[in-house]
Amino acid sequence: MKRWTLFLPLGFFLILCTLLLAGLFMEDKTVLRSVLLNRPLPEFSLPVLEEERQVTQDEMKGQVYLLNVWGSWCPACKAEHSQLVNIASDGFSIVGINYKDSPELALNWLSHSGSPYLYNIQDTDGRLGLDLGVYGSPETFLIDQEGVIRYKHVGILDGKVWNEKVKPLYEMLEEEAKL
Amino acid sequence: MSVIKRLSGLLMVFALLAGVNNAYAVIETYEFDSVEQREQFSRMNDVLRCPLCQNQSIGESNAPIANDLRREVHRLITDEQASDSDIVDFMLVRYGDFVLYKPPLDARTAALWFGPLFILLIGLFVLFRVFRSINFSEPDEKMNQQDQETLAKILGGKQS
Repeated sequence: MKRWTLFLPLGFFLILCTLLLAGLFMEDKTVLRSVLLNRPLPEFSLPVLEEERQVTQDEMKGQVYLLNVWGSWCPACKAEHSQLVNIASDGFSIVGINYKDSPELALNWLSHSGSPYLYNIQDTDGRLGLDLGVYGSPETFLIDQEGVIRYKHVGILDGKVWNEKVKPLYEMLEEEAKL
Repeated sequence: MSVIKRLSGLLMVFALLAGVNNAYAVIETYEFDSVEQREQFSRMNDVLRCPLCQNQSIGESNAPIANDLRREVHRLITDEQASDSDIVDFMLVRYGDFVLYKPPLDARTAALWFGPLFILLIGLFVLFRVFRSINFSEPDEKMNQQDQETLAKILGGKQS
């Protein structure tokens, strides 16, 4: 018998250990990869928070924008707010999904702290959120001019994530749209 | 009080707490048209994993999202007469494989399904080789003709 075959189990054991250890430290397991990436926005027809009108997924096509899921009940969303205001003031478009919120509280919060949103989609019962696979707000989607989801970020969109990941992708999609 | 009594008392407390915990899990009461629907609902509650809570089923979790998903499962069962696989597909489209405790068998998950079996087979193979290579023959067995000649060569013919 060849001597080295004796060491096979040890070898596999070490490989397994390495894999498990890597898995443990590699990525944040609280973040699920969205299965909706590169799929069009789900169908919906919902009221706009700020105006007396309905909006559908088709009306939202034609431009690149961030779709930010938030609620006035959500502390992390409030923490994220100033960053969104900065992003909007740099000329990027943000549409809000006011998720499982009361319109009064939402409008109150926006008038109090400034709105970074072009407008907000009222998702009072969370049905649109469900179709978008939302499981913890805030969540931010990047939508291209065809209405296709190109990126999703779960949690606070901080400066690092914005500058390193989302902003370059946003600008790339805008370039794409101009062609 | 004896140690055993104390321990059993402690166990009782734990059991009660566990019971209380379960009672909290599903607070809403849902109406069903039939016993089958009710059974389907509780089956789906166990099969589907809450996307937020890492390791609780939607039936066990108090997270708002688990609550939403339970409501959705109820709606699918009662309004749309959805089958188990319809409900699973509905969840997969939105939340991906994570929402299932049992991952589907495909190219990506093949290693997950067959990896342990593969490792077991390698272990058995090595074990088999080790056992076979152990020499159980008599240590002072007589040398055959060829061995004797080889030995003689090594010793430089001094023995002959």
